[in-house]
Amino acid sequence: MRPARAVCWRGLLIALLCLAPLVAQAVEDIAQIKVAKGAVFIERGGKRLPAKVGTPVRATDTIITGPDGSVGISFVDNSLLSMGPNSELAIDRFAFNSTTHEGTFNTSLRKGTLAVVSGKIAKQSPTAMKVKLPASILGVRGTVFLVRVEE
Amino acid sequence: MGFAAAIALWVALVVGYPRGGHEMVVLLPDADGKVGTIVVETDKGEQVVLNSAYATARADPVGTVKRETVKEEEIRQTFQSALAAQPKKPVSFTIYFDTGSDELGDAMKPEIERVLAEMKSRESPEVTVIGHTDLVGANEDNDDLSVKRAERVRDVLVRFGVPADRITVAGRGKREPAVRTSQGVDEPRNRRVVIDVR
Repeated sequence: MRPARAVCWRGLLIALLCLAPLVAQAVEDIAQIKVAKGAVFIERGGKRLPAKVGTPVRATDTIITGPDGSVGISFVDNSLLSMGPNSELAIDRFAFNSTTHEGTFNTSLRKGTLAVVSGKIAKQSPTAMKVKLPASILGVRGTVFLVRVEE
Repeated sequence: MGFAAAIALWVALVVGYPRGGHEMVVLLPDADGKVGTIVVETDKGEQVVLNSAYATARADPVGTVKRETVKEEEIRQTFQSALAAQPKKPVSFTIYFDTGSDELGDAMKPEIERVLAEMKSRESPEVTVIGHTDLVGANEDNDDLSVKRAERVRDVLVRFGVPADRITVAGRGKREPAVRTSQGVDEPRNRRVVIDVR
């Protein structure tokens, strides 16, 4: 790394550290809603926001569908997640390095139905993607699978 | 402590609280017909490995898990809404470069047109532009070159009217050659930028 650039990065890092107490979490968009039918919400920072096609999704969001709702989400690592009605999925952790493809993708399905096509994170490492259910945990080595949690 | 409360406490400690209803996991074949693997592990430590098409595991709230055979028809019905809401699969397009260069030729134009057509066919489309290199030279140089190539292609997409905030740039260096070669081999098919549309 060139020295000028290194100084620049250090400056940025210090600025970010100063801002850290103000910004509780990284606000990077990690996915986007591509399909939305009926009632679909994103729970973010204690608030429930209506979601539609084009709404960005962030790490630590919770996605909720109503009795008539369904939603399809495309992630930056090409993972595709979709949910049927009366479903609730929390994104616990999402990290993706687009250079090395290393990352972590942890979600919790609290109720409802979920369809998954895993992406680059799971392809890079068979231990990087996990889906938690109320009584179990899924280790995702790929690729297409369905999950249901009854209420 | 009443007898009922003691029993409830014993159940909670020994059996564990039932924290929800039954859980069902089904492995489907990939689009190309291959089948992946899902490992289901319950809090009680029981494990089931799913590695064949339509293999199904069912777990109860206290952590007992069993393999089951479920009819494809029943699976399609149970997950009908979730499956119907699946986003379109991402599609990739590729543009090639000369040795050590980030210059773009006119030959890339038809591929750019295909990218634009694919974006038009999608709701709220996004693109990731990913640069790659051949296996000539050091890692860091190739990382830089791959990002430069991707940035060139991003600029072209912007010139063709794609909003810059819809585009993400990445550089994979020489980590993901399209064609496996020995180090130092000047392979034209590896000097490329892949455009993922999703």
